[in-house]
Amino acid sequence: MRNISLLSSLLLAAFSATAAAQTLTLVSWGGSYGRSVERAWVEPFIEETGIEVQIEDYNGGLAQIRAQVESGNVFWDVVDMPTPDAVRGCDEGLLEFVPVEELPPAPDGTPAAEDYPPGSRSDCAGGGIASATIVAYNDELFPGAKPSTLEDYFDLDKFPGRRGMRRVPVVNLEFALIADGVPLDDVYRTLGTDEGIARAFAKLDTIKDQIVFWEAGAQPPQMLADQEVVMTTAYNGRVFNAQILENQPFTIIWDGQVQEASGLVIPLGTPRLDIARQFIEFASSAQSLAAISKYISYSPTRYSGNALVSTHEDTGIEMAPHMPAAEQNMRRALHSDWVWWADNRDEMNERFAVWLTR
Amino acid sequence: MSAVKNPGDSRLRRWLHVGFCAAVLFFLVAPVLVVIPLSFNAEPYFTFTEGMLRLEPDAWSLRWYENVLGEGRWLPALGKSLVIGIAATVVATTLGTLAALGLSSPAMPGRGLIMGLLISPMVTPIIITAAGMSFFYSDLGLGQTYTALILAHAVLGAPFVLIAVSASLSGYNHDLNRAAANLGADGWTTLRRVQLPLIAPGVFTGALFAFSASFDEVVVVLFIGGPEQRTIPREMWAGIREQISPEILAVATFLIVFAVLLLAAVNWLRQRDYVRAE
Amino acid sequence: MVNPMTDKRLRAALLAAPLVIFVAVTFLAPLALMLVRSVYEPAVADSLPATLNALAEWDGRDLPSEETFRIAGTEFVALNEVRALGSVATRVNRLQSGMRSTLLGTARRLGNDPPAGSWRDAMIDGDEDWAEVSTWLAIRRAGERITPRYYLNALDLDRGAAGEIVAQPEDRRIYVSLLWRTFLISATITAISLALAYPVAWLLAHARPARAGMLLLLVLVPFWTSLLVRTTSWIVLLQNQGVINDLLVVLGIIADEQRLSLIYNMTGTIIAMVHVLLPFMILPLYSIMRTIPPRHMQAAASLGASFWQSFRRVYWPQSLPGVAAGSLLVFIMSIGFYITPALVGGRTGQLISSMIAYHMEQSLNWGLAAALGAILLLLVVLLYLVYNRLVGVDRMRLG
Repeated sequence: MRNISLLSSLLLAAFSATAAAQTLTLVSWGGSYGRSVERAWVEPFIEETGIEVQIEDYNGGLAQIRAQVESGNVFWDVVDMPTPDAVRGCDEGLLEFVPVEELPPAPDGTPAAEDYPPGSRSDCAGGGIASATIVAYNDELFPGAKPSTLEDYFDLDKFPGRRGMRRVPVVNLEFALIADGVPLDDVYRTLGTDEGIARAFAKLDTIKDQIVFWEAGAQPPQMLADQEVVMTTAYNGRVFNAQILENQPFTIIWDGQVQEASGLVIPLGTPRLDIARQFIEFASSAQSLAAISKYISYSPTRYSGNALVSTHEDTGIEMAPHMPAAEQNMRRALHSDWVWWADNRDEMNERFAVWLTR
Repeated sequence: MSAVKNPGDSRLRRWLHVGFCAAVLFFLVAPVLVVIPLSFNAEPYFTFTEGMLRLEPDAWSLRWYENVLGEGRWLPALGKSLVIGIAATVVATTLGTLAALGLSSPAMPGRGLIMGLLISPMVTPIIITAAGMSFFYSDLGLGQTYTALILAHAVLGAPFVLIAVSASLSGYNHDLNRAAANLGADGWTTLRRVQLPLIAPGVFTGALFAFSASFDEVVVVLFIGGPEQRTIPREMWAGIREQISPEILAVATFLIVFAVLLLAAVNWLRQRDYVRAE
Repeated sequence: MVNPMTDKRLRAALLAAPLVIFVAVTFLAPLALMLVRSVYEPAVADSLPATLNALAEWDGRDLPSEETFRIAGTEFVALNEVRALGSVATRVNRLQSGMRSTLLGTARRLGNDPPAGSWRDAMIDGDEDWAEVSTWLAIRRAGERITPRYYLNALDLDRGAAGEIVAQPEDRRIYVSLLWRTFLISATITAISLALAYPVAWLLAHARPARAGMLLLLVLVPFWTSLLVRTTSWIVLLQNQGVINDLLVVLGIIADEQRLSLIYNMTGTIIAMVHVLLPFMILPLYSIMRTIPPRHMQAAASLGASFWQSFRRVYWPQSLPGVAAGSLLVFIMSIGFYITPALVGGRTGQLISSMIAYHMEQSLNWGLAAALGAILLLLVVLLYLVYNRLVGVDRMRLG
């Protein structure tokens, strides 16, 4: 009997050691973006405040947060969340409000409320990083003609080979309609009708047999490098980092891409609300947001942050031309409609799941 | 076994049979072993590079092992796996052994039915068990806790203990109980001094099975474990799904060695069981 | 006076009781809770009591009264203010698509600008859906606490406007065909495993003990190795740039552009699952075959029977219990398998388990997950009863 009580006290000690209270758990997207977050936000934050930060990986969505909030055991303190999820999580009472007055003003004193583009922020989010989902390909696999448009991604005759695609309807339905000839302004209107949705899936059907699905942002550059696919949808920053840091022969097709944004949110009921707010305040300043751009080609959504974008920390490359918002990259770019996605995500997910199993 | 009619035919058949079996056994073992050399690959690829095949020293490296053993997610994951595995094994072994002793008694009422019930966690698809437990523990407010995972793994491991101890007890001579009683031992003393030592190998075998089941379990961890409970299988799951890195092959190699050690331990225990039975 | 038999019984029962109670609480109770969840859905009923109360009196043919509009509108606004409307809207949306945005949008509009006159006109002006009877029917149905709809959905059925059972539209049907696929893949895996295991078990059963022990180790090593490790191995072997494709290219059997798609499809699922489940076929076969004396075959041969004749008449019938035990075990394990198909199955190699996981983890449609789980559980319990009858669970052995 004594052995059992000894063992249980050991186990208890192990539990309490793993559940130390004042470590902030930051949930972000891993891979090269995760390392950028670590260098731009986490390390300076630890240095300034002395608060420990633990980083967890995540691939979008609200499911894990809902599970934590509803069970009353919230482990995540700050989540780097895509805006449609943040809008929806805010609606459903899964996230704490982040009042815009609590966010730091721009360096020139402009209040944060005027520093974010209108409608770019959920009421529950601080931070603000703009990115794009693009199509990229491996140069070595196209010795002759190179793909140059979004239509080429869907053209198996001209450019045979397998395609990587994120295993979600978001962005892919938009890609399908754009490549099928729907003008950018009509994409979400078209998706609002049954015929439009059917049209998007019909377009996806044309390449279905050749698709390899990915889930985490770190996968597509890996798939291109391993030649598991010839072309893939990917986050532009990941491809950029593979190009410049690993000298991978990848090319981004700046055509028909979908511009997205993410922000920093707090799951409702975290016991570490104070330090979570402290972290968001820290990471939402123009300087902190611009610091991300030193490591990966994502830009601040705040006007004042965007003005601070300079060069890549390790290679000295001028970053502005590689940003999704750069003039020459914007010839044909769609802004993701996060309100539409907040409203229709469940339905589209379900139809996508049906489509996958067929 | 000399064939009567056509010896050539029989020999051919025998060779075909042995060849077929060799192929099947190769199919069973080779995939497990192939990851071992690949875990020493100096490049982040999952196949043999030309350098490796030419046995160039530069093509081989320990870098993935350094990553795994260095700071990072694997050592904390090992700690979490051990905490959950050991606690679950203690619970499963205690309850499973007691139940096996009870069920081995000829006097036990409703034996078959109860046995079927107690083994059901082992045969129920894990996805169903995990879904039910996810509702259950989150309703209890125990979602994403060690307690929930330990209880879950204990109930999944108990059938292994029950089966292993029952097998040990099947050779047990119940006259020994009577003999002990005649010598003045009460029920508890008989259990401790006579039965338990005899079935000890079975108990340990069951405990190893229960531990191994917990140590390899990922679905329940996915459904009811939170970020605090990222065990080794949970990390491997994420690694395979999201960013397969050769670190995984190094971890896999450790786990293969661990499996071989477990197998050796179980075999050793089984032999002891035989020796005692005779 | 204590009857010694009763005393022994009591002692045996007391020893077994802790585990029986433990299994009942931590295993059977969760399964029971899952069954409850598959038919019981109180969230909407609890959130919209006034609206549902008003709708209970409604005839379901014409639009509800102005009073009902007002009660419903007020309740939506109140819920939205405490941020509780979102989860209600998600649930109503499952019955009628588009309802999420209708409900949230209406609540937002009414909250910002409460109607001075008719609530009915204000709500219909804001969103035409409120002029549809089907919208109100959907809310009323979402408010049913006990509902068969998850089982209907799990069988690709739904209820029509009048409550009659109808098939889901073509592009929503998924589960029945997935169940068939699960059966088909499981049967294929069982058949392949049996074909591979039978000769091996024979060899093991009739080899000299020392050699049999060694060969048995070869079966047991993969059996003890982590499932995730074995799955990783198959990814390494089978992927496009993996060991097998590389080997085929180097040997000149296929060209570099013709690499085979061996993984992330049904082929991958079948190969990896046969590997995982093969020991579960070999071991029961082996333990039965060990009890078949080789002299029976010899006797048949000496009576002039050919090998195949004596096999068919003498050996096969005696090995049948092992065949039944192994096949049932492998089949039962296959139909519920999750990890391996999820990791190597890609799009076409998924089984019904993947939809349970999808609804548990992604869509959060827990009622549907529970109903699918219950259907799968029923199948497994039936097979388990057959197994118990043919083999007996108490004869189950560990490797």
